[in-house]
Amino acid sequence: MRASITPLPDKGPRAWLTYLWRGGRAALGLLIFLALWDWGSRFYSELILPSPWVTFTTLVGLLAEGNGWSELAATARRALAGFALSLVVGSALGLLAGLSVTAKLMSRPVITLLLGTPPIAWLVLAVLWFGAGDATPVFTVFIVTFPIIFVAALQGAHTLDGQLRNLARAYRLPASMILIDIYLPHVVSYLFPAWVVALAMSWKVAVMAELLATADGVGAALAVSRSHLDTAATMAWIVAVVCLLLLVEYLLLDPLKRKLESWRTA
Amino acid sequence: MTLLIEGLSHRFGQTEVLTNIELRLSAGEAVALVGPSGCGKTTLLNLIAGLLRPSAGRIENGYPATSYLFQQPCLLPWQTALDNIALGLKARGMPRRERQTRARGLGHQLGLTDADLKKYPSALSGGMKSRVALARAWALEPELLLLDEPFSALDVGLKAELYNLLLDQLMARGTSLLLVTHDLMEAVRLADRLLMMAPCPGRIVGEFKLERPRLARDEMWVYQATARFMQAPEVRAGFGLPPSGQDCAEHLGASSQAPADMVAAASWR
Repeated sequence: MRASITPLPDKGPRAWLTYLWRGGRAALGLLIFLALWDWGSRFYSELILPSPWVTFTTLVGLLAEGNGWSELAATARRALAGFALSLVVGSALGLLAGLSVTAKLMSRPVITLLLGTPPIAWLVLAVLWFGAGDATPVFTVFIVTFPIIFVAALQGAHTLDGQLRNLARAYRLPASMILIDIYLPHVVSYLFPAWVVALAMSWKVAVMAELLATADGVGAALAVSRSHLDTAATMAWIVAVVCLLLLVEYLLLDPLKRKLESWRTA
Repeated sequence: MTLLIEGLSHRFGQTEVLTNIELRLSAGEAVALVGPSGCGKTTLLNLIAGLLRPSAGRIENGYPATSYLFQQPCLLPWQTALDNIALGLKARGMPRRERQTRARGLGHQLGLTDADLKKYPSALSGGMKSRVALARAWALEPELLLLDEPFSALDVGLKAELYNLLLDQLMARGTSLLLVTHDLMEAVRLADRLLMMAPCPGRIVGEFKLERPRLARDEMWVYQATARFMQAPEVRAGFGLPPSGQDCAEHLGASSQAPADMVAAASWR
């Protein structure tokens, strides 16, 4: 994850050119992907693989005339609520568990159990427990992403340099400072990659949960397009969800990461 | 103000690392614990600093403020040099502006520029890091300073410069010093009393007094006193050196215009 950080340009036109060149190469990768997709779509009917052009016009149509935005908003609400919940609970509990060897050993089999349970099984349980409302996708997202974040926080807290612990005691730091000045900055470098993975998973799980459990949201819309054998609409929804994920990651998480980890590149 | 250690023993599991340590450190005194690696020197400092609890015996630290300078600089990599220096002040609840002003003043005294103070530790050289660590220890205005061979990774020139900075500050405030080292020159330069330690289990085997005032010790004196100290049987045995040959001792005795205060008093345990 760390290798993918592109430092923001410092100053001067030269630095900006370098930055654009990097961005340009990322865009090139995307264009090659689109070209391959377009090339592939020439061999199949629109029912099997619609071309990128058809997909994007369908998406624009969905957003302009249909209820596209409200479906996307519903999915985003559920995915982000579940993600936020496991971010807070997973980070806090993992940090605490990392402080004690007993808690670390006790939590290990439970985490393996949570990680090993298929998301679809959680979904079935959630439908039985919570019925067809927001609670079902939010719970499923939470229970699937929680162990990922928990393990990262636990590892982070556990790997803190023993010298820094000694420092904290010798200089009599109060508990609040030990948390904010010693543990959190160290643990964040473990947590961030886990947050990124958990966020991507949140969207996938939310859409899956909606497909089976709710009457609105992208998942529900996908269920409708499947029953109509509308491949273009299906692809359009996929593109919409992926774009949302990219937006949140690059506009929210990436700048946050740069800010929190500025001491590494300095 | 005294540090008093009586009948101190410490064990890690079944292994006894320190046995029957007796030590008294009065206000303004500078004592060096000298010994080979692994004789429990750092453990003793950790016990005094309260990082470990002794298995047996008593440690009474009567100094109101104690600072500990570790073997490594041990800076927080995610804080600037300035914030690192101010760490102990922040822990005491000093307001931000005040502690930053104090930290900046200390940094300047130790030869750090404003540009250095804004840097993160990863951008500082080894010598700069040591200065920051020293300033952080000094910021607490300690009456007792615990030093665990903090400059052992630095070159001779930097070491000499930092010793001088340290000595000036120690003398100016009358701070007591407890230094732990395997570098005899370092001990002879900074201490009034040298305690020789031997390993397995760690114990004190000899005591030497240096009567010349610390600020009056020039380079030559330090070399000669160190050479004499090296000839003491306890020191040779402690470091696992072969007993010194008769020739060597005679040569030293004949050639040195050894001042009377070099190793003026030596008492043995």
